[in-house]
Amino acid sequence: MLTLDKLQQIKKEHRPVLEARLREAGNVDIHEDGSIVLNGDYYKKQVRIALKNCGIINPGSIEDYISVDGYSAFANLLFNKSRADIIEDMTASNLRGRGGAGFPTGRKWAEAFKYDDDQKYMICNADEGDPGAFMDRSILENDPHCVLEGMAIGGYAVGATQGFIYVRAEYPIAVKRLKIAIEQAKELGILGKNILGTGFDFDIELRLGSGAFVCGEGTALIESIEGKRGMPRTKIHRTAHKGLWQKPTIINNVETYANVPVIFQRGVDWFRSIGTEKSPGTKVFALVGKVEKAGLVEVPMGMPLREIVYDIGGGVQNGKAFKAVQTGGPSGGCIPAELIDTPVDFESLAKIGSIMGSGGMVVMDENTCMVDIARFFLDFTVEESCGKCVPCREGTKRMLELLDKVVEGNGEEGDIERMVSLADTITSASLCGLGQTASNPVTTTIHYFRNEYEAHIKDHKCPAGSCAALLEYFITDKCIGCGKCAKACPVSCISGKLKERHVIDQEQCIKCGACMEACPPKVSAVIKR
Amino acid sequence: MANVTITIDGKNITVPSDLSILEAAKKLDIEIPALCYDPELEIVAACRLCVVEIEGSNKLQTSCSTRVKEGMNINTKSERVVKARKDVLQLLLDSHPNDCLTCQKSGECYLQKYAYDYGLKFREHNGAMRPELLDTSSPYILKDNAKCILCGKCVRTCAQVSDRKVLSFAERGYDTKIVCDADQTMEESSCVSCNRCVTVCPVGALVDKRLLGKIRSWEGTSKVVSCKSCQYGCEFEVKSKDINNVAVVARPPANGRPLCLKGRLNTELLYVDNPEEPYRKIGGKFVETSWEKALGLTEVIEKLEKLGKKYPPSK
Repeated sequence: MLTLDKLQQIKKEHRPVLEARLREAGNVDIHEDGSIVLNGDYYKKQVRIALKNCGIINPGSIEDYISVDGYSAFANLLFNKSRADIIEDMTASNLRGRGGAGFPTGRKWAEAFKYDDDQKYMICNADEGDPGAFMDRSILENDPHCVLEGMAIGGYAVGATQGFIYVRAEYPIAVKRLKIAIEQAKELGILGKNILGTGFDFDIELRLGSGAFVCGEGTALIESIEGKRGMPRTKIHRTAHKGLWQKPTIINNVETYANVPVIFQRGVDWFRSIGTEKSPGTKVFALVGKVEKAGLVEVPMGMPLREIVYDIGGGVQNGKAFKAVQTGGPSGGCIPAELIDTPVDFESLAKIGSIMGSGGMVVMDENTCMVDIARFFLDFTVEESCGKCVPCREGTKRMLELLDKVVEGNGEEGDIERMVSLADTITSASLCGLGQTASNPVTTTIHYFRNEYEAHIKDHKCPAGSCAALLEYFITDKCIGCGKCAKACPVSCISGKLKERHVIDQEQCIKCGACMEACPPKVSAVIKR
Repeated sequence: MANVTITIDGKNITVPSDLSILEAAKKLDIEIPALCYDPELEIVAACRLCVVEIEGSNKLQTSCSTRVKEGMNINTKSERVVKARKDVLQLLLDSHPNDCLTCQKSGECYLQKYAYDYGLKFREHNGAMRPELLDTSSPYILKDNAKCILCGKCVRTCAQVSDRKVLSFAERGYDTKIVCDADQTMEESSCVSCNRCVTVCPVGALVDKRLLGKIRSWEGTSKVVSCKSCQYGCEFEVKSKDINNVAVVARPPANGRPLCLKGRLNTELLYVDNPEEPYRKIGGKFVETSWEKALGLTEVIEKLEKLGKKYPPSK
């Protein structure tokens, strides 16, 4: 049987092996206090808690994890802390759910702890589905044990003996590594019966999702684990009271669990010293889009958007102008350039109409059409609506039809008002978070970029030059009449005599842009307008 | 159960604390529209029509799924509530075929009723409509997915009888539809034509085919009878027009009553003056059959005839 001594011994024996390997690789700095961090400019401004082991340890080795203090928090708590104290610490740390809603983890745990039942469950929500988000994936693939440890600590605290990780099947490497990690933990005696001789049993099983975005919603996820169609439940009871198979159930996100062991290793005060008063700790963001250096960044809560986009991400690609950043995935909102100094924490983002969400952060430049972006995200939600409630199923579909109309240049006077009114109903009357937040991309872009909508509708123009239906290719008086454009035109709609200015027949033009490419760069007579 | 005192639309009432707002409102004769709610079925809060405003809560809440709490102050007719309901109904109408003139459900259709109550009309638009998927394979049930509002009552009532569970949701988003088994026709599927789904459907998506063209909801008279086929005693309505009994319609099953085809046919034969020929499903095909066979009486009659020779029935 595994004992505390044996755990210590593994660490003692294996730590030099890990350090030697890392020194050879040369991509990390090993500090005196024992912490190991990735070196390089990209990581300088980052504070890594959830990702602290990513890229450092071998995810397939439990010894590696133990060498970086893995499972020490869990073992320590089993012997030295009562369940109530653990929950009290969790509440004091004010760790807020990293899946997006930001509900305090301690309060959730306290709720499940309160109910006396023969069976309770811990669920890890690893059904990451936002387009462009890969925070959870990175943790699962690179540090699966920290998720297991977080779940085990939670399980011990609330009195659950069974855990489930609901992971999407589209993450085959995560699934594989989780399987290996669970196997290793069981073999060592970190999971299973009578853990470390304390009498506490805890087991974890995997459940694979089949690609339904809505199954990331807690109650739909529970329905799916129960073998039913993934549709959100109406919340007559909290899941911490009646969840999986009507038993007290805790559902936390991958990143939330990854924070748990570190909080108990380093203490509540340390954790609260990072981030802001109301949103302590860090948040991982998937910084993507038109940004110079895309990737995963973990920063203290409250860091201004500007620092993330410019200091870490290196600014907008190709020196173009920054236009907006979209946070929170398909349920999030677009934040305009004038608000780039907004600190990134739950409250500040909510105040400007966006959300933290699971941590997607899409940077947009001057060539991004905000109407089209709203349409893109809404298209995703329409596709992923489960179809249960009317406002989401029917409402988002109609909203998308309105946006399609605008993007195609067929917008009418009153369409903006229709969208705002419909968004209000979808938000206030939908059953679950997916529907309640589905309109966010539309309402925030209307709020901050109303002029773009108006340009599409009234002037039939796309100011960003992105909506094909509203573009016009035009030959200016710079034309030297070389005829290259006319030759390149696949529908032969360019006419003009040699050495004279050519003209595009707008009725015939299919807006393919071949003329613009054919025009000699020195001349550049063809423009998009 | 403890009692709580709440206020609904300015009226105070004391009710048991396990009641939903919708149930409490009913006690005050306040009608809250609802399409997916049925006291006999699991609460799913899918139609969102029964939303109300509760003082102190930013969100609208569905009254079917929200329990009453001491001191709750509920408004069932606020401007915000009415706007949300109108929008929800209009969204349903926008996907619904304009067929009230000849729809069998007309007059007892809840979508029609609420559209009238809230002053809404069908409107022309270029957007999507539900595809026409009319399942005419069963001689007993007409399934019209284009009229379906996806309240899911049929799915829930079908699942209440453990060996049935024929109906379920398929696809998702706007393409969501109700299917039999693995998207089969009613004829091919394991449907036993018990008509439970027909009795709960709030619109014309599932109708009793043997009623078609015979009588409209507001015509004639009707009388409730109990089926005598088994101990459950399921209830049926006998519909009469011009002194003729023209049809027998199943009433929503309650108190664990299962409803079945045999019971319905039995009642039909007993009460309807001119009953249509019955059908039996044999090997996934509906075949016209005799009443004796449909009711499983062939052997009984033979036996009675045989016994009648030996034991003349007593007068």
